[in-house]
Amino acid sequence: MSWIDIGALDDIPSQGARVVKTAQGCVAVFRTVDDQVFALDDRCPHKGGPLSEGIVHGHSVTCPLHNWVFDMSSGEAQGADDGMVRTYPAKIEGGRVLLDAAKLTAPRAA
Amino acid sequence: MAQKLVVIGAGMASGRMLEHLFEEAPGAYDVTLFNAEPRGNYNRIMLSPVLSGEKTYEEIVTHDAAWYDANHVTCRFGERVTGIDRAAKVVLGENGPVSYDKLVIATGSNPFIIPLPGHQLSGVVAYRDLEDTNAMIAAANAGGRAVVIGGGLLGLEAAAGLQMRGMDVTVVHIMGHLMERQLDPSAGYLLQKALEARGIKVMCKADSQEILGEDGRVKALLLKDGTELPCDILVMAVGIRPNTLLGKEAGLATGRGIHVDDAMVTSDADILSLGECVEHNGQIFGLVAPLYDQAKIAAKTLIGEAAIYVPREVSTKLKVTGCDLFSAGDFAEAEGREDIVFRDPGRGVYKRLVLEGDKLVGAVIYGDTTDGNWFFGLIKDGTDISEMRDTLIFGPNFQGGASSDPLAAVAALPPEAEICGCNGVCKGQIVAAIQAGATTLDAVKAETKASASCGTCANLVEQVMALTLGDVFERPTVQPMCKCTDHSHEDVRLLIKSKELKSMPAVMQELGWKTPDGCHSCRPALNYYLLADWPLEYKDDRQARFVNERNHANIQKDGTYSVVPRIWGGVTTAAELRAIADAADKYDVPMLKFTGGQRIDLLGVKKEDLPAMWADLNDAGLVSGHAYTKGLRTVKTCVGTEFCRFGTQDSTGLGIRLEKHLWGSWTPHKLKLAVTGCPRNCAEATCKDIGIVCVDSGYQIHVGGAAGMEVKETQLLTTVATEDEVMEIVSAFTQLYRENARYLHRIYKWLDKVGLEWTREQVVDDLENRRALAERFEISQSVYRTDPWAEHAKPSERAKWGPIADLTIAEAAE
Repeated sequence: MSWIDIGALDDIPSQGARVVKTAQGCVAVFRTVDDQVFALDDRCPHKGGPLSEGIVHGHSVTCPLHNWVFDMSSGEAQGADDGMVRTYPAKIEGGRVLLDAAKLTAPRAA
Repeated sequence: MAQKLVVIGAGMASGRMLEHLFEEAPGAYDVTLFNAEPRGNYNRIMLSPVLSGEKTYEEIVTHDAAWYDANHVTCRFGERVTGIDRAAKVVLGENGPVSYDKLVIATGSNPFIIPLPGHQLSGVVAYRDLEDTNAMIAAANAGGRAVVIGGGLLGLEAAAGLQMRGMDVTVVHIMGHLMERQLDPSAGYLLQKALEARGIKVMCKADSQEILGEDGRVKALLLKDGTELPCDILVMAVGIRPNTLLGKEAGLATGRGIHVDDAMVTSDADILSLGECVEHNGQIFGLVAPLYDQAKIAAKTLIGEAAIYVPREVSTKLKVTGCDLFSAGDFAEAEGREDIVFRDPGRGVYKRLVLEGDKLVGAVIYGDTTDGNWFFGLIKDGTDISEMRDTLIFGPNFQGGASSDPLAAVAALPPEAEICGCNGVCKGQIVAAIQAGATTLDAVKAETKASASCGTCANLVEQVMALTLGDVFERPTVQPMCKCTDHSHEDVRLLIKSKELKSMPAVMQELGWKTPDGCHSCRPALNYYLLADWPLEYKDDRQARFVNERNHANIQKDGTYSVVPRIWGGVTTAAELRAIADAADKYDVPMLKFTGGQRIDLLGVKKEDLPAMWADLNDAGLVSGHAYTKGLRTVKTCVGTEFCRFGTQDSTGLGIRLEKHLWGSWTPHKLKLAVTGCPRNCAEATCKDIGIVCVDSGYQIHVGGAAGMEVKETQLLTTVATEDEVMEIVSAFTQLYRENARYLHRIYKWLDKVGLEWTREQVVDDLENRRALAERFEISQSVYRTDPWAEHAKPSERAKWGPIADLTIAEAAE
């Protein structure tokens, strides 16, 4: 894996997210209450809502448009909803947030 | 012939190493031991009990003169080492050189001193060695006030020690909760509560600016928000840095610490290093357990045995009497982890376990740490816990399947806690009535008046009955707020008030939340309840807000936003319209639309353009219209007496006055007003949450209308003669709604529960109560009557609205 430094952990609010622009679209990078980071496509499979604007609770995020809830480690929709968001390897090192560059630039399956 | 071993630093790590060395290979080395402190090895961890007076220095000495003597150690205590000549294999002490065959550097760490202005003043101390401890004891003996910067392990132990010695202590911590490296916010909250109960003041999110002095002595700490904390001693306990100076000057490989390999050998084969001064595989050390492991390895290396140092999991216990907390393992940087949370509000217990697959990887426990070591063992051994997962959190002795008790929060209330706010009835009175024979809700109501007015507390009264009567009492089931709790909205609101819960972790802990940080349903509600009940103490939590309220604009289906500037009472000017038109041009706004509330909506604005657009609108005097809030939206007006031939009062003027008074306030749901100049009702006041209908003799105040999913006509609350009375009653009514309604209930829904008559008693008939409500509204408005756009449009804030990184630029350049 080749890791890209996308910014400082402190630049992402706790229980919040920031967006990384890539050629293939935006990736939402979330920071949870216990200071872990998760990276997901910033697009709800339901109606395309920006997940980065959702409320972050535990290791889940709720889409701001219609309240679909996703487990951020698997990308899977929870409860009665059925859908999947692509996830990307992310980690924190020395207060910096790193994403897997290879995965980010790889073309996405349709 | 014995080899010559020189050891620099007589701390706990090198002391333990010497013990192993003398035990396994007595006589193998002639040892010379340097120590900058004028004494030998003592148990530094026990300085906290020395500070608090629970132990003396003599009791914490590990190696006394007799021990050094018996092992033929040449002690050069109180003597600094000035350098190492590696070529000649000589250590240069202040009082002369010593040659070595093997050298061990164990110089430990230095306390980190924040270079605040004034940090060199006398009375500013770190907390590291006996000298610091004695300085603090001397200061405490003189009495007075102490400030401790740093809410970590060391800072809190210092604070507790000083407090036990009779000082008035304030802890200043820059982060959001205490010991944030070891604890999550919930455990941090409990810890803060316990410290505060002992009389220690705790200030989190407090940023220090300057240490103020007088005649060269510390006088006070000045915070960035302007608060001045007077003190006679200031303890800085913000962390430690490996003391690498000697190693670095001698040319050894160093990073954050002196680099060592698995055998504790530095980049020079004859020089070893261990303890807090080393860096091993990128890791540095601050707790004693790994240091003792290193001591074992270093001793083996010295006697020529192969040994490999493997870092192990560490656990933390705070050594403050009465604060029982335990934390172990790892909480960071891994996907696929799950939490198990257990809270017992009655006993003040919080346990959180972090699982990864079938293994336990971390544990935070507050209040009952008896199972801490058992959990720690599971973490260290990597035990497969899948079999006991369901009952894991209850510890090793658990049999059967108890669940958390939904009545625990009410059980924990003291007898003097108020249950019924309307009639001032406390828990003790209700219990007494029940014990005297009132076994139904109606009987309790008749006996005590509890829940006899607005009825919001009926469920709490029933919980008290269930607790007092036991199984005999059958309680109707209530709708919990969400899956995170068994409490209803009404209960949570009342308990926030009666238990004086002033933070999100406080609510979640004291009311037994089942998740670490709630969910998208309860967090926005709790945030509202807290800011409505504690406007001055609680700080609005943006991350608990729905996107529109967090971003101060309405999100649209394509992820763009709509921006609605406030048009006071629907009256605008040519200059304002020009500014709106200019903004629309400048930011390529695809649609401009008039809203139903007499304002203009700029639709299709990109998120990153929001702050700049707001700044432009601010320049023209326009502020947020809060078209996105559960709060005051618009006050719609007609033209009234100013132009209309039927107008009876200045409806436009009153509308603007009301809007200027109410704007910025948060309410349980959206709040729409209208003022119409005569009963023809052109401003459609009778389908608003609050509608004023002007008549010849004065003003009718109508409440409880809506024109949404349900269409509701208002009911008449009262008629008054003057504008001032309108202002006061609308203020008081709004505050009553803010304080009592459940989140996401509009006024009509709330009125369905409490009844119009009850609200009339509160804000019309009871003049004193009306004034008090209006006053409380004003206190809240002193915080919230402000333009959020201006705050976010500041140049320093703007970058936060764009992407954190743009990889399309990097890719294009490749």
